[in-house]
Amino acid sequence: MSQQFYVSPEQMMKDRADFARKGIARGRSVVVLSYRDGIALVAENPSATLHKIGEIYDRIAFAAVGKYNEFESLRQAGVRYADVRGYSYDRSDVSARGLASVYAQSLGTVFTAEQKPFEVELAVAEVGAIQAQDHIFRLTFDGSIADESGYLAMGGNAELVQGQLRDLWQVGAGLEQALAWAVAALQKPRQDIAGAGGGPGADGLGAGNLEVAVLERNGHEVRGTHRAFKRLAPAEVEKILSSQGKA
Amino acid sequence: MDAEQRGAWPSITVSGASSSFLDYVSASNPGLLPFGRTLPAGTLPPTPHGTTIAALTFDGGVLMAGDRRATMGSMIANRHIEKVFPADRFSVLGIAGTAGIAIDIVRLFQVELEHYEKIEGTLLSLEGKANRLGAMIRANLPMALQGLSVVPVFAGVEAGASVGRLFSYDVTGGRYEELEHHSVGSGSVFARGALKKLWRPGMDKDAAVAVAVEALIDAADDDCATGGPDLIRKLWPVVYVVTDDGAQRVSSDILAAVVGTVVDRQTTERREA
Repeated sequence: MSQQFYVSPEQMMKDRADFARKGIARGRSVVVLSYRDGIALVAENPSATLHKIGEIYDRIAFAAVGKYNEFESLRQAGVRYADVRGYSYDRSDVSARGLASVYAQSLGTVFTAEQKPFEVELAVAEVGAIQAQDHIFRLTFDGSIADESGYLAMGGNAELVQGQLRDLWQVGAGLEQALAWAVAALQKPRQDIAGAGGGPGADGLGAGNLEVAVLERNGHEVRGTHRAFKRLAPAEVEKILSSQGKA
Repeated sequence: MDAEQRGAWPSITVSGASSSFLDYVSASNPGLLPFGRTLPAGTLPPTPHGTTIAALTFDGGVLMAGDRRATMGSMIANRHIEKVFPADRFSVLGIAGTAGIAIDIVRLFQVELEHYEKIEGTLLSLEGKANRLGAMIRANLPMALQGLSVVPVFAGVEAGASVGRLFSYDVTGGRYEELEHHSVGSGSVFARGALKKLWRPGMDKDAAVAVAVEALIDAADDDCATGGPDLIRKLWPVVYVVTDDGAQRVSSDILAAVVGTVVDRQTTERREA
């Protein structure tokens, strides 16, 4: 009969955290940043159908890194939560803060009580009427929650990408500028690797391996819909990126 | 949602089980649904009813129009009610019957379509949407048997196509595809007569708006539960047009002009019947 070894709670939590961190670090990064006319969500993602970025509700979007099946189930649960809440109260009663705190609950429970923690990191973004009212929440595998101001990077080499954004990001930029920053930040880890071997990043990030979506600040006036979320097609992304190069 | 359900987070294990909001709410929170209650025996108090909806196809899409009156017995309960709603980007629905339940079914149906789109990342087919609406009307059958019936009409175009299609329903959720035009509600017999004579193949959008408005004016003329255009309050019918560009509400300026034309013509002709 096997005997269970004693493991201190500190050690157990540390092991779990290390395990989750390793899983997340393997993935590519995602960037969320606020700009003048909305919030842009940009992911390095070669797949056209397995999304890392999704719509949750009218003015709320979701971005994730880590294990696809785990964050996809969290995204779907988020959509269900938001739709039930909006249906039973009112559409205006669904907020990113509410959603983020239930995500935090859920992740925290899984981290402590389940066999294995979720290897995911999430962002919940809500676009406001003005840029100062934008909300970007970061949720980590253990259920901790942080309110980021302006921009956020997560995934593999997140510190490097976040550092790059810290240098670039400013209030009041347009979409072209914001996308250029996002691409520059996502490319930073690659450039560092390539830089060590000589020459700039060999395989630059193009529209083909980017997943881009925006939450439009004034989507209601422009498109007449209460849904601010809009996925940008690769052709559109290509156009925006090249227009920035010429300017 | 009561206090203990408010904190309930959809279980991870059931995630991915269904893309339907209706299925999810039926399982997790059936009290939120507009139907499904067993009513005690007794006579129902009077409730507001919505009446006439006219829908017709035209070249490139489909159109739906509803009057603005809700009645409770012989009393006008509301002059501003809207009975035609966008269901999603490419479809609209109109409702006749018990207004309270009908409006909730519309809300549920709108969430159902949006929920599917968000979970699956793609739109439901037009047939799929029509079938979901049928399921909701069938779920309301016990209420209908007690006198709280809802009869919708559904119209839309398949995304990427530009052919408008029309679906009607009975209280059992039976779904029937209608060709050319259709009307539901107490004034529908009169609206239908008008549509039969005014509808022509290959009409453009503007002609279709004029036909729908005239059909409603005819219905209001003969059915006391249907409200005609209110020239004093500047109340025009609610008209939605669906093309491959999406569903769009016809502006009140355009409707005022169309109503003006019909009313002027009938005044000049001094029509009696």
